[in-house]
Amino acid sequence: MKSHNAPYTSTTNACKLCKPLGACLAFRGIEGAVPFLHGSQGCATYMRRYIISHFREPMDIASSSLGEKQAVYGGGPNLKQGLKNVQTKYGARLIGVATTCLTETIGDDVPGLVKEFRREMAESNGHGDLPALVTVSTPSFSGTHMEGFHAAVKAVVEQMAEGGPPTGTVNLLPGFVSPADLRYLQEVMEDFGLPVIILPDISETLDGPAQTDYEKIPAGGTPMKDIQAMGRSRATIEFGRTLFSQETAGRFLENHFGVSWRPLGMPIGLRETDRFFQVLEELSGRPAASGHARERGRLLDAMVDGHKYVFGKKAVVYGEEDLVVGLAAFLAEIGVRPVLCASGGHSGNFAEAIAAVTAGLLPEPPLVREGMDFYDIAEEAQSLAPDLLIGHSKGYHLARKWKTPLIRVGFPIHDRFGGQRILHLGYRGAQSLLDKIVNALLEKKQQDSPVGYGYL
Amino acid sequence: MESVIFEERQNQVHRKGKQPFDLACNKDSLAGAVSQRACVFCGSRVVLYPIADALHLVHGPIGCAAYTWDIRGALSSGPELHRLSFSTDLQERDVIFGGEKKLYRALKELIERHHPKAAFVYSTCIVGLIGDDLEGVCKKAGKKTGIPVLPVQSEGFKGNKRAGYHAACQAMFRLVGTGDTTGISKKSLNILGDFNLAGEIWIIRDYFKRMGIEVVANITGDGRVGDLQRAHGAALNVVQCSGATMDLALMMEEVYGIPHVRVSYFGVEDMAESLYTVARFFDDPKVMERTRKLVRDELAGLYPRLQEFRRALTGKKAAIYVGGAFKAFSLVKAFRLLGMEVVLVGSQTGTPQDYQELHDITDEGTIIVDDSNPLELSSFLKEKDVDIFVGGVKERPIAYKLGVGFCDHNHERKEALEGFVGMLNFAQEVYNTVMSPVWQFVPRKAGVRGQWSVASNQ
Repeated sequence: MKSHNAPYTSTTNACKLCKPLGACLAFRGIEGAVPFLHGSQGCATYMRRYIISHFREPMDIASSSLGEKQAVYGGGPNLKQGLKNVQTKYGARLIGVATTCLTETIGDDVPGLVKEFRREMAESNGHGDLPALVTVSTPSFSGTHMEGFHAAVKAVVEQMAEGGPPTGTVNLLPGFVSPADLRYLQEVMEDFGLPVIILPDISETLDGPAQTDYEKIPAGGTPMKDIQAMGRSRATIEFGRTLFSQETAGRFLENHFGVSWRPLGMPIGLRETDRFFQVLEELSGRPAASGHARERGRLLDAMVDGHKYVFGKKAVVYGEEDLVVGLAAFLAEIGVRPVLCASGGHSGNFAEAIAAVTAGLLPEPPLVREGMDFYDIAEEAQSLAPDLLIGHSKGYHLARKWKTPLIRVGFPIHDRFGGQRILHLGYRGAQSLLDKIVNALLEKKQQDSPVGYGYL
Repeated sequence: MESVIFEERQNQVHRKGKQPFDLACNKDSLAGAVSQRACVFCGSRVVLYPIADALHLVHGPIGCAAYTWDIRGALSSGPELHRLSFSTDLQERDVIFGGEKKLYRALKELIERHHPKAAFVYSTCIVGLIGDDLEGVCKKAGKKTGIPVLPVQSEGFKGNKRAGYHAACQAMFRLVGTGDTTGISKKSLNILGDFNLAGEIWIIRDYFKRMGIEVVANITGDGRVGDLQRAHGAALNVVQCSGATMDLALMMEEVYGIPHVRVSYFGVEDMAESLYTVARFFDDPKVMERTRKLVRDELAGLYPRLQEFRRALTGKKAAIYVGGAFKAFSLVKAFRLLGMEVVLVGSQTGTPQDYQELHDITDEGTIIVDDSNPLELSSFLKEKDVDIFVGGVKERPIAYKLGVGFCDHNHERKEALEGFVGMLNFAQEVYNTVMSPVWQFVPRKAGVRGQWSVASNQ
């Protein structure tokens, strides 16, 4: 079912990925974890290839490799054998089992099978400590990779977090952001003196150093003992305005353990970052360190320096809903008009979130479209004559066709180097985005100019 | 250290030496082993993908189409419909009530929009389970739109990539024999199993043209529906790529009596031998003479430059892990031509005959492996102290993380590696990789901290 916005039955060049992919990414951000897909072999391999091409890092996803027989008689035996193999060969301390459309349709009861597996292992002994096993239902026929990502985070918290004496720690659920973003968030939290548990944390697992040995499971990720302690933290900051109305991991922690839930938009641009810093000031009881204040000052200075180059330019922004919301917020702040905000997702909250973050800044509200593919985007955008495209690399074909600069952000970046190191968040991320946007417009102007000005 | 090889997989790894060669293969992948294999759908998709004037509609949830959008470097000299990714994006409602109506509407919509010459409809895991009548819907849509609409029975779980190749061949075979063959020369052939990555099929077509042979259909690189429809008019099928299109050649042999020969366009020896094989088939002294001249001319330009690379690369060590074993044969020979030693060779889907041949042409001590995985491959790379690893994108980070060079020899590459010129490109890439200064700084060579220390950095 496509959103009422999109008039076609068929999908052409999707602007979304499937649910299990998001779950695998989230599981990769837990220390000692191996993502595991209960389904046919192809799913794991396709997703590995897709993710590897962005991060340029190993991304092992195990599979129960179901064949025709298992599709008929059930995938239980393969699931158990696969779990055992991942335990013994990978030494996994956590296995994140996500389902696929195949196993959802044949009706495998994965939580039940995992329970059985636990019992069988306990009875047979001799297999060492069983890893933690987290299960999440991610049928590809409902929702996008972002729903899969958030479902996996929620499953991890629901199945692992415990209550107990409060710790004073802050939980941070950042959503799907880049390793560079995560390193930035760690730095910010440290500067506020706030002990933090970031879940998931792919900053090292998907952007690690050169090695002498192939690490079966890359170092880094959120430690399991930290996840267990999340029910004792004092607050949970959760990014993503389109999630506000949903049953998220943050809301779960509040409902079950009384951990104060602080939902925020992704801190992209000035005002959304200000909101994030305000919460941190409140939680830490101290003002932001002077370094961050100076970064904010430099950003404002740059916004002034660059305002003439960008004012009134029209941008088409596409991709994951919450990323687009953050980008639209920032574009509106610098005077760029996000004329079309499009996503393959359909949370139902997209338009409201865009309206909230652009309030008071735009002469007219942008078109906001859920459930879009690139055919729909092209059709909508053609008449809008955008000056800029902002999104992941799958929009390149449109940028090429329209000779419009593309600012690459988010995931995937399959046609450039260093996608995992793109910084989007905070004052620093906004600064970097601004530099890219201004320079892209200047380059275009210079290229199109018959004069070839050397000063711009 | 505990072996990284799963107990169940011990007989799928062989070290060439005194013990007899008996490699197990053709097995289902082991659950939990992180096989590098894909699925049936993937097999069908890669074979049919380059047919540029056909509509390729994936009937299933979005992932299957999204992950195969414009992923191959398969070029077209004309239409580029194959570079778009079409899906029915099945939703929960469709899974419950069936996806046939949605499929029909999507087909009608897309055919009216793009006017393709034919449509391939790929079945995915879920379609096999919910029992959509793909055949029936395709028939109906074909009737309505007036173009061939061909179901591809590629449910992901029904085997591995090879089953997908077979499904693709069956779909293509429905097109063969439906076109007009008037005017096709007696000295003509179809090119099977070349996907025109980085324009490779154009190199090969040029060779055949210089030999005086007409190419009827490219199957499937830079492929056209119309050419496939008249492919039965050709005198010979020339088949590269061990698994992908052999089934089609066999079907055409049975029904239309068209003989086939197996060839490989990788490496100097195999490239030349392939052309001679074709020349011998036509048994015409003029063709043979033109072929000899072609090979002579090409080699004259090539050899001196290859010798330069050989001087630099002699003694370096290479590892090979590819989809089909046939490509591995050529690569072993190509590395030998560069003076390099192949210390590991494996494939995802080789057959017993393939592995026997690999065993016969490799040196003592070479590791031969079937359906391997990252843990095994990384341990082999390290043990053998490899200088360059040849594989696909999924193998790349295994090499790079260990500080080992890598050459992409899979669908996504953008460098032509076929033909005589391809050998030169290959040598250049191997040289650029192996001779890069970066390897001397990586932990594998320089130690974990390298020359760097806090003291020297101050």
